[in-house]
Parts: sequence; C-alpha cells; structure tokens
Amino acid sequence: MAEHVTEPEDKQREAAPAGGVGIPDQGARFSRDGETEAEPRRPREAIFQLEKVVVSYGPKPAVRDVTFDVGRNEITALIGPSGCGKSTLIRCLNRMNDLIPGARVEGRVLYHGEDLYAPNVDAVEVRKRIGMVFQKPNPFPKSIYDNIAFGPRVLGRKQNLDETVERALTQAALWDEVKDRLKTNAFGMSGGQQQRLCIARCLAVNPDVILMDEPCSALDPISTGKIEDLMMELKREYSIVIVTHNMQQAARVSDKTAFFTVELASDDDHRTGRVVEFDDTEKIFTNPADSRTEAYVTGKVG
Amino acid sequence: MSAHGGAIGKAPASQRAKDTGFRLTMLACLGLSVGLLALLLYDVVKDGASHLTMDFLTSFGSISADKAGAEAAIWGTIWIMVVCAAFIVPVGVATAIYLEEYADHSRWWNRLIEVNIQNLASVPSIVYGILGLAFLVRGPLSLGPVVLAGGLCLGLLVLPVVIIASREAIRAVPPSIREGSLALGATQWQTIRRQVLPASIPGIATGVILALSRAIGETAPLIVIGAATVIAFNPEGLDSRFTALPIQIFDWISRASNDVNNYKPLAAAAILFLMILLLLMNSVAIWLRNRYEQKW
Amino acid sequence: MEAGSTTAAGARAVPSLGAARRRYGEDVVKGILILATFLSILTTTGIVVALLVPTIEFFGDVGVWEFLSGSKWTPLFEPPSFGVLPLLVGTLLTTGIAMLVATPLGLGAAIYLSEYARPRVRKTIKPALEILAGVPTIVFGYFALTFFTPEILRGLFNADVNIFNVLAAGIVMGFMIVPTVASVAEDAMSAVPQSLREGAFGLGASKLSVSLRVVFPAALSGIVAAIVLGVSRAIGETMIVLIAAGQIASNSIDPREPHYSLASFIGATAKGDVPTGSTEYKTIFAVGMLLFVLTLVMNLISIRFVRKYRQVYE
Repeated sequence: MAEHVTEPEDKQREAAPAGGVGIPDQGARFSRDGETEAEPRRPREAIFQLEKVVVSYGPKPAVRDVTFDVGRNEITALIGPSGCGKSTLIRCLNRMNDLIPGARVEGRVLYHGEDLYAPNVDAVEVRKRIGMVFQKPNPFPKSIYDNIAFGPRVLGRKQNLDETVERALTQAALWDEVKDRLKTNAFGMSGGQQQRLCIARCLAVNPDVILMDEPCSALDPISTGKIEDLMMELKREYSIVIVTHNMQQAARVSDKTAFFTVELASDDDHRTGRVVEFDDTEKIFTNPADSRTEAYVTGKVG
Repeated sequence: MSAHGGAIGKAPASQRAKDTGFRLTMLACLGLSVGLLALLLYDVVKDGASHLTMDFLTSFGSISADKAGAEAAIWGTIWIMVVCAAFIVPVGVATAIYLEEYADHSRWWNRLIEVNIQNLASVPSIVYGILGLAFLVRGPLSLGPVVLAGGLCLGLLVLPVVIIASREAIRAVPPSIREGSLALGATQWQTIRRQVLPASIPGIATGVILALSRAIGETAPLIVIGAATVIAFNPEGLDSRFTALPIQIFDWISRASNDVNNYKPLAAAAILFLMILLLLMNSVAIWLRNRYEQKW
Repeated sequence: MEAGSTTAAGARAVPSLGAARRRYGEDVVKGILILATFLSILTTTGIVVALLVPTIEFFGDVGVWEFLSGSKWTPLFEPPSFGVLPLLVGTLLTTGIAMLVATPLGLGAAIYLSEYARPRVRKTIKPALEILAGVPTIVFGYFALTFFTPEILRGLFNADVNIFNVLAAGIVMGFMIVPTVASVAEDAMSAVPQSLREGAFGLGASKLSVSLRVVFPAALSGIVAAIVLGVSRAIGETMIVLIAAGQIASNSIDPREPHYSLASFIGATAKGDVPTGSTEYKTIFAVGMLLFVLTLVMNLISIRFVRKYRQVYE
C-alpha cells in the first residue's frame, strides 16, 4: 500500500533538507524555488519522473512497477539485493538499454517532463545530457588528456579544449595528481584514479545528470571514500543517480533512496525486480514503511 | 593390510612406459611436420641459392636458362598485391564492422552471411579463378587478363581471411569501451571510428598481411584467368598484361629441362625469393601483433 | 560547461531531446557497410552463376548421366568421351593418401600442443606450423616433384615409380594439410573445460587416458570438423597434383602412376589454349561445378561440427 511515495508527502519532506545542503549558488537556487512556487504541484524540481516503468529483456520483465522522481541537485540511491534490476533500471535512464537486442521499456520515463522514449527522441541527444559512470572503470586506451577531450571532440566543442580538460579534472579532484602526465596512457593509473577519470570524462561534456552504476564496486575503501566525497561536491551542480550494493554508501551520500526487491515467479525461476519503497534516505534507513525494506537495511536478509 | 595401505610410489613401469611412448608419439607427429618444413626449405635453398643473384632479379625471362630472370614476375606480383590490398582493406574491414557492430545475429540473413563467408574461406582457389575468368576477364567486366583482374580475383579469394581476422580484432575490443563512448553522447559511427577501429588496427593489420601472404603464393586462379607466362616487360598500369612469381615458377617447373637449359634451379631461386618475401611479411605481422596489441 | 555552474543551470533549462536533424551520415555509413557485406553474397552468387551457365550448356552436349558415370575421360579424342569417373578416382586417391598422412599427424600434433606442450614450447611451435600452413602450394608441388619422388619414393621403391605419381602428390599434400587439421583440432581440445580433465586426474587417470578417453571424445565434433575441413582442402588443391601427379586421366588405382584430379584437370585445361565455347572449354566449368559442390558439402559439414562444440563449451 505504501509502496510508492506520493507527491505531496514528497514535497513536504523534501523542502528543508535539499535546500539546505551546501548549495553555493543561492541565487540560482532561490530563483528556481521561485519557479516552483508558480507551479505548486511540483515544489521539488524533478529531473526524472518514472511512472510504472517496466523493463524487459525478451518476453519476461526484468524490473517492473518503478515509480519515483529524481530531484535536481540530489543524490538518489537505488539499493536492493543482486538481480533486482537496479542496473537494468539505471541503464534505461540514458537509453543505454537500446544497445541490448530485445530490451523493451514500458511505462513512462519523463526527463524534464519530456518522454525519454518518445519516437522523436534521439538516444544520442539523451546521452549528451545524461552521463554515465560504470561499474568497472573503463578508460579508453588513450592518454589521460584524450580520454577527457574525447567527449567534447565528438560533440564538436573543440574550442578551449585545454581549459575544459583542466576544469573537468579539477572537478573530479584529479587535476593535481595527473597534471604532469596528461599525455601518458590512462591504463597506467590506479583503479580509483581511473574511475575518477571516467567521472571527469563524463563532466567534460557538461551533462545535466550523472548516472553511476555501482561506481565503487571495483575499488578499495580509500578510493571509495574519495569518490563519495566527490559525489557530495558534484551534487551542487549536477543531479546524481547511483546504484549501489553498499548500504552504508547509500546512507552516507544519498538524499533519496529507492529500495528494490526481487520476486521469484511462481511457475518458473524467472526473477523480476520491483520498487518496494522510495523515500528520504534517512527515513528508509531509520524508519522504513515496508517490512522488507527494514529486513534488508538492518541486514536480516540480503 | 589392504590394497589401500600400500605406499604411494611411482605408477607401475608398464603404465609409465605406455605414457612416455604416447607422449613421444604425439611429439613425433609434431616433429615430423616441422621436419618436413625443414627438409623443404633445405631442398629449395640447395637448388636455388646459387641462382638468386641481382642479375636474376633484374632480368626478364629467356629461353636460355643462363640469362633468364624474374623481373617481370616480381613487378607483376607487386602490382597485383597492391591492387589486392587496395581492394581487401576497405571491403574486408567494412564487412567486419557491419557483422560485429550492426548486424542483428538473430536475423536469418545475417547468419546466412556468416556461414557464407566461412564457406568462401574454404572454396578451392581454382574456383575463384573460374569466377574471375567468367566475370572479370570476360563477361560483364571484360577486363582481359590484366593486373586489375588478377588483383581483384586474388582479393575475392582472400577477402574471407581479412573479414574473419578483422572481426576477431573488433570483437576483442571490450563492450565497456563502446558503452563509455556512447554514454558521452558519441554516435555509433563516432564510437566505431574513434574508439573501436583504432584499438583493433593491430589485429586488422595482422589479418591483412596474412591475407596478402596467402594471395602472393596463389597460382591456380592466375592460371585460369590467363596470366601470361612468357612476358618481357613490367606492368605499366592496371590494364597491363602481367605475369607473377608463382606463374613464373610454375612455368619453369613445367618446362622440359635438358643439359643445356636446366630451368629447375631458376624455379628454386624464384621460390626462395618468394619464401623470403613471405617470411618478411609474417615477421612484420608477428611484430605488429606483439608490439601494438592492446592488453585489456 | 561554457561558463561554469551558475549559467550552466540556465543552459540546461530547456532540453530538447529530438535530434536537431536526422543523422544522415550515420545512415550513409551503415549503407556503405551493408554494400560491402553484400559483396560476399555476390561472390557466392557469382561463383554459382559462372559455373552453372556453361555447365548447363555442357549438359546440352553431353548427357548428365554420361558425365557422372562414364569411365572414360578423353575430351580430345575423336569421338570424345566425357566420363568424369577417372578424374574422381584421381581426386579420391590423392585426397585419401593426403588424409592418411594429415589425420594422424595433425591430431597427434594437436594432442601434444593442447595436452603436453608447456606454454613456451607452444609459443615457438605454433608459429612454425603457421609457416608450414603459409607455404604456397606451388612450393609443395616443386618439392614433391624434384625431391620427394626422386630422392625418397624412388629410394623406397627401387625406381619403380613414375616421375609423376599420385603417391608423392598425396603425401606432400598431407603435410600441407597438417596445420589446418592441427589448428582446428587444437582449438576444440583447448575448449574442453579444465574441470573435465581434473575430474579424471582426480580419479587417478594417467595423462594418456585423460587425453584419449576424456579430451578426445569431448572434442570429437571439433576433431571431425578438422578432418572434414582437411578433406575439403585436399579435394580442392590444384597445384601440387598438377605438378607432381602428371596429366593423365586413367582408371588405375596404382598410386605409383600419374593421375589427373578434378582440380588439376581444370588447371591444365585452362592453361592450354582451349577455344572458347567449345565443349572442351565447357568441361572446365562442368568439372568446376562438381568440385564446388563437393567442397561445399564438406565445408558445410565442417561448419556445422564447429558450431556444435562451440555451443557446448562456449
């Protein structure tokens, strides 16, 4: 019954914390709040609105019943046991699932109110605005500089490349470590540095949202800490959706959390994921409405 | 006390002998094959080394065995190899890209194309000669037995080699690289052009060289399309008649030798030259593979 | 990110997700790639058309049954006779002898490389086999004619061997095919999961019995593919037979005698100046058709068997 959080509740809970968390450009923030007042039904500006989304590979759904909003300048965490479709879902937010033959998305995925899967929408345009960082660092087999410059180059933004590269690396807290070896191959970096390079690469094309699919699962705790700090910095300018199997990570960094479960179909062993609860992260971890969420976050199952 | 109580020692002698015998037999199979290669090289060097001189490489064919050389054949081979390379690189790589990056393998026509290419790789080379004769030399294109026809005919013959090697090279580029590129807003072709292809060039180049080294020794298709055997000029263009090293070798092997004119050493010298070319090409291929191959 | 964070928000305010214009470049590229791919279909079609049209004309002059069952191949005699059996006998003889050599040697080499050789040995031996595979067939032909027959066969048979003979062509061709058989078979054996071997070793099996009783049967479909592919290459090989086995279409099955094969007949006839359009000219295509069909069947069988083991283990 309380599986999907309704809009009004959302608004009330949201107003205070999101506005308060270290936003530097207060002016912009306030002006945006002004806009929201003009449209009272949506006080928290939603980047994504998902309504009854079902993603299927082949005939059976991999994840269904996904309904929640992703707010601007928030970190939204997707958590749940493995096989629950978190990664599947995050990959349909920038249409990476288009690449998998037989993948199908039903329901509505709205991005700034525009249907991401409308026929006239171009997946390449989508991905220009919605960046993605993957589970394993995937630097290109090129120099550090060329890794960062690749995005701007293919998008035809070739002026001030040096500046763009420096800014992206600085934002990703990598500049000081690599500024003397920009021309060396990115494969020579440590895993943590590679992942921050991938984040910097993503920032260099100036996205609106950054999707992170278990970005720290291949990293050691120190590198993980650096990336978490980075995410807290980045949310001032970007909206972030992160899939994580690490509950502490979700609790530490995210503002909102969606909890997924996996259900085994009765007739065969097909697994389908679904969203059980979506709420403020604090609420999910301290006072979840659903018993399954509670069992998971307290470590009773999982 | 029971059979299980015995000390753990070596297996019974008969068992070990059998094992060793088997191992040695298998090794002998390998040794015999490599040994034949050595014998073959020895034979060619013994017969031909003394004839492989600058004069031999810079003289045209002649009835007199003393004066005959392989210049026209060498230049003919170079010409048809250039045509062949210019044909197989774009077509082979394009086909490989389509099959790896675009084709939906659940569609029957794409699976048919794959089986078709696998089969083409094993169609006898002389059949390609018939194809060249019917369509390139005569028939619709009617080029005549010229450099262009020879190069294209050999190109069709080794195209499957290039396609198969290029597909492997492209497949070796991990999907995460494509995802990383696409996620930045690159289009599919930008991703292929700027990420996948550069990373697979060493593998593709190796495949192209292997294909050319197969083409350079092919004789049968050139015989069928009517490459000249006795020719005393180098090709001057794509529409020139030509001879080629294997054709020249075949001609020398087939000629009746006598005490005055013994053509066998000429054949051996030309074979030696061909083998040196092949060795060089293979070395470049191996070097490319080791030097530039991307470790993921 | 033209100007940092404050304006960035403004710049992002109105996203339009439709492409500014259709990406025609992408479509053009895909079209070109499809065209290139289509060439391989066109090649097969071209081969079939090139062979079929003159073959049909040939069968206007000579009956199909006469061609397939006749035991006299004398296109130049008056009256000519076009029974293809002698050519088939030659092909069968050379192929049979070649496979008697290539099957044990190729499989033995494959077992050694896959089960016994240390990685370093494999790294040096495999290139040697690749070089053997890359030797032009005309070189094997030269070797068979100028060395194998006079030095080895005549030594063994006391000169009771024709200088052109099926035996030398077959044996040398067998060596030519060894790398093909070895490499396909080794691929199949290497694809056998290590766990299967470990299971057998765990029961105390020796290396010999693991190789022969576990790996060999598990890789059987790949091994069959290797042999069939070898047969296909032997059937289609032209130059070795043409050079070393002479140019006589007989029904003799004595391997010390010269013999045409299907492929070497085509090579010999195409080399001579045969008048275009004559029945003799068309024999090139009729025999070529037979050769194509035979190798096609072999290739398809081989491809099917390779698929089979790939499906099981990959």
